[in-house]
Amino acid sequence: MTRARLNGEHRELAPRSTVEDVVALLSPSPAGLAVAVNGEVVSRSAWSKREIEEGDEIEVLTAAQGG
Amino acid sequence: MADELGPVLEVAGEKLSSALILGSGGIASMELLEETVRASGTDLVTVAMRRVDPGGRGSLLDVLGRCGVRVLPNTAGCFTAGEAVLTARLGREALGTSWVKLEVIGDEISLLPDPVELLAAAEQLVEEGFVVLPYSNDDPILARRLEQVGCAAVMPLGAPIGSGLGIRNPHNIAMITESAGVPVVLDAGLGAPSDAALAMELGCSGVMVASAITRSQDPVLMARGFALAVAAGEAGRRAGRIPPRYRALASSPTKDMAVFSSLPADDRRHLD
Repeated sequence: MTRARLNGEHRELAPRSTVEDVVALLSPSPAGLAVAVNGEVVSRSAWSKREIEEGDEIEVLTAAQGG
Repeated sequence: MADELGPVLEVAGEKLSSALILGSGGIASMELLEETVRASGTDLVTVAMRRVDPGGRGSLLDVLGRCGVRVLPNTAGCFTAGEAVLTARLGREALGTSWVKLEVIGDEISLLPDPVELLAAAEQLVEEGFVVLPYSNDDPILARRLEQVGCAAVMPLGAPIGSGLGIRNPHNIAMITESAGVPVVLDAGLGAPSDAALAMELGCSGVMVASAITRSQDPVLMARGFALAVAAGEAGRRAGRIPPRYRALASSPTKDMAVFSSLPADDRRHLD
């Protein structure tokens, strides 16, 4: 298993999970979402290629009421 | 009335049909948000970028999509230029817009902007091709610096966020609008529609309102009130107000007054 932090919570992910796999854990649709891994934005076109590594910090954000 | 007067806000070469920008924070339900957005006539609604809630999502963007408005991601809650720049990049990625309402605050008590971090973040984001609308202090020098680094607008505060205190330093706002070469959008602290009218009279090109509308007792009616006030203030500014003076200036003729000789002498102001 690969241990990572997803939106602040410790998660154990299947080996070779990609950003795309992780997003699917949180949301049925990728519309309106953005992902940063270790403080770098991972563009949507790279989600299926970027594998999660041990200790990665993943943030998956969307629009919320504000401002 | 508001629609007939049609004050428009032009930012980075793009015309918005309303000079009122609405914040989506603080409203009780999505149904009420939709009604409020429509009543405001706004073209641009701000959102924050937050972690996905696996339980429920999507309805905010659905509502804004149905209303046909643009979505303006903000960087609310960021304390450093680094946090704000990353949040802006995520907003661009998530929402497909390079526009960002840049907020970098100094502490959680005042929610006032940290000008040093704000300027650094603005410069970086402009370099990366963002259309930057910075939430700023009501400081003419900072506004000038933000414009110089390439911000598409400046958004000075009227008073602290959510305070409803109105425009505490109208002289500074006037100084900013007099010298700015980009649109000035009054942001934060407004409480009532009259505050928005004053902002426009002071030369602002637009007004950004969240709490004053969304946390009012009737957000839909208050949204309409603000829309009318923005139009009223814009009309007043364009019409060219009279200069203030310390002494009265009669608006009725002072010549050819009747002389009432039959009145007792004590009752007569004009003597024949």
